[in-house]
Amino acid sequence: MQQFLNYLNSTQTPGETGNFAWATIYILIIFGGISVAVIAMNWLERKVLAHMQVRLGPMRVGPHGLLQPIADALKLLIKEDIMPAEADRLMFWMAPVIVVITAFTVFIVIPFGPTHAVTDMNIGVLFMLGVSSLGVLGIIMAGWASNSHYPLLGALRSSSQMVSYEIAMGMAVISAILMTTLTADGAGTLSMIQIVQAQDKQQMWFLFRMFPFGFLAFFIFAIAMVAETNRAPFDLPEAESELVAGFHTEYSGFRWSLFFLAEYAAMLAVSSIAVTLWMGGWMRPFSHWLAGDTWDAFFSFFPAATFFLLFVVALAGTVRMPKHAAFKIQKAGLGAFALVLGGIGVLLLIPPVKDRIQDIYWFVAKVSVFMYAYIWYRGTFPRYRFDQLMKLGWKVMIPVGIAVLIVVAAAPAFNFVW
Amino acid sequence: MADDTKSRTAHLDLDTPESQIETYMHRRAAPAREEETYLDANELVLNMGPQHPSTHGVLRVILKLDGEKVLGTECIIGYLHRGVEKIAENRTYTMFNPYVDRMDYVAAVSNGLGYCEAVEKLLNIEAPPRAQYIRVILAELNRLASHMLWLGTHALDIGAITPLFYTFRDREEILKIFEKYCGARLTTHAFRIGGCQYETYEGFEQDVIKFCKFVRPKIDEYETLLTTNRIWVERTRGVGVISAADAIDFGVTGPVLRASGVKWDLRKAQPYAAYKNFEFDIPIGQNGDTYDRYIVRIAEMHQSLRIIEQAVGAIPEGPIMGKVPKVMKPPVGEIYHSIEAPKGELGYFIVSDGSTQPYRVRVRPPSFVNLQALDKMVRGALVADVVAVIGTIDIVLGEVDR
Repeated sequence: MQQFLNYLNSTQTPGETGNFAWATIYILIIFGGISVAVIAMNWLERKVLAHMQVRLGPMRVGPHGLLQPIADALKLLIKEDIMPAEADRLMFWMAPVIVVITAFTVFIVIPFGPTHAVTDMNIGVLFMLGVSSLGVLGIIMAGWASNSHYPLLGALRSSSQMVSYEIAMGMAVISAILMTTLTADGAGTLSMIQIVQAQDKQQMWFLFRMFPFGFLAFFIFAIAMVAETNRAPFDLPEAESELVAGFHTEYSGFRWSLFFLAEYAAMLAVSSIAVTLWMGGWMRPFSHWLAGDTWDAFFSFFPAATFFLLFVVALAGTVRMPKHAAFKIQKAGLGAFALVLGGIGVLLLIPPVKDRIQDIYWFVAKVSVFMYAYIWYRGTFPRYRFDQLMKLGWKVMIPVGIAVLIVVAAAPAFNFVW
Repeated sequence: MADDTKSRTAHLDLDTPESQIETYMHRRAAPAREEETYLDANELVLNMGPQHPSTHGVLRVILKLDGEKVLGTECIIGYLHRGVEKIAENRTYTMFNPYVDRMDYVAAVSNGLGYCEAVEKLLNIEAPPRAQYIRVILAELNRLASHMLWLGTHALDIGAITPLFYTFRDREEILKIFEKYCGARLTTHAFRIGGCQYETYEGFEQDVIKFCKFVRPKIDEYETLLTTNRIWVERTRGVGVISAADAIDFGVTGPVLRASGVKWDLRKAQPYAAYKNFEFDIPIGQNGDTYDRYIVRIAEMHQSLRIIEQAVGAIPEGPIMGKVPKVMKPPVGEIYHSIEAPKGELGYFIVSDGSTQPYRVRVRPPSFVNLQALDKMVRGALVADVVAVIGTIDIVLGEVDR
């Protein structure tokens, strides 16, 4: 018990100290957090996309459709679970499980703060690349096991797409890893936590390191990760207008919701990786440029300020709600939600909480930017065709990735680093 | 298993070179020929539709694929067949008028215009000038509505979901004008044989002018989303190419024909209604690909606005109904009259036996004829191009199947 509590003052991740109790707690927190984030993302995507498309989105279930994702989840859970008669039962059962497991496993190495990770592997990046590419296995299994044409085509598209873009992704990741050697001692690292610490030491996000090469590598990763997660404009494997629903055409109910969960978890995972490798992970913006206690204090109010802003938005929504009696419950609900948000804001002002939440807050804020971009892409771009996607992957992204890699690898050898 | 596949697809004849393609009906009657229906292990027969998100209703396309590549297609239609032409034989000329609205239900006004003009030609009467102008205004508004719906669904097929909502937002304004004019939004039944049933409502002209001013920047807005969008251009340029000669051979009309570079528009070639009074251009394309068809339709929307503005400015006073007999008994004879519907040449061939009911009505729907070119346009392309081409042909299954 004492050891259990002592961990709170530790400067290491539970995985490193061998503290399995805390590791389990971290895993549960991450699992719960990701699930909540997926639910929130579901609502946000529908609302943001709707407002981009001059419509309102969900408005009926709860105030401004806030309870819609929960209603959807319930609906999916109580739906009949259909397995096609000609499906390969074992494969059909395993496919969504594999997809979900791989999507969630990546989070083991993702650092939400200097100690806020399940474990800090010294091969963290390799682990992340390896596990995230296993996801394609589940998709192929789903496509094959469904024993149907559309899923098969979707699975084929998906596998070739993910395999091709993984190469470009790998090139970009290696550039970032090489940048970790640009410190005084020249020691590079594959550990996710130390990559962020390297950015801290070099007083610069890798995004701006060796400009524009760091940016190019990031850009390649940012495109490849969209392709990797099968999202618009690279959503060919589930292209609705062509393949009905692609590899999960035959899935329904809970199994389908597992694919849904995995897709959003994978989006969060790759965004987290991009944040870790290029955008300074848990570091707050301008942590060196605007250093000092005053600035630290200033930036430490951001988490609370965010929730107060949300509180004001929700409160404004409550006030603007129609006066009609039919809106009474919705109004009360939204008001209560506003109060909860305000309460969280107040909680975040309490010093111990305020200090400990900083890392996580900035990490989540950076990931949210990517999640918003995902929605934005979906509202803006038409879909690539299969051959064009391959052309982009092999003829543009991989050559550019190799070029960036060569420059980033060669420049320090000539003592030419900026 | 192999035998099973063979027998299930025996009637399809997907290996036949396109020059030897027979009709579906022929094939069904003929006994299955073994060697021509051989399915290679690498080839896949994919049934697309009638329940499919992007076959625009109930079109069924059977694709033979080699991986993603399309080796052949087979359109199977008739899922929305309501026997409109047969119904015509059991209705009087006036009674049949509302039925034509149900063919191309996104361009009901044009359907009605074609039918009314055909019967007027048969009766040898003419609608008064004011009615002609109202007809032109409403038909052109309907062309805009039809093109907007096409643009939205076409973009949706290619994966851009947002334009759909923009076009529906603006199409709504047109439907509001229709609703105010005749009470209906979609199947308007706006015209009657010999003129129009309704006088324009108070403020009709202002509404239409306001709409024209409102919609011009909106069309530009669609263009900002698509015209120079890299992915859009890549997805449409060089896709579904049909040469001018081929297009003419297939009998393709409308924007699809014009995008191939043929300057053929019935509004200019055989002016009907009041079209000879207006100045407008016929936009044409060069390459006959999906991108050109998109550009042509966008340009046509601007031309329609030009026509509407001229028509509203010069709308004459006078009666809206010509002298039409109470009981319509056209003289024995036959007539073919065609108009430029949003999708192409919409023709009505009416045979009269001197009674109150037509002896035979044959409709030449543009969608039906244009759909023939699908196979020509998608052979050798990819699956994704099939949905792009189905979208670009702009079919309405109500009209294809009648």
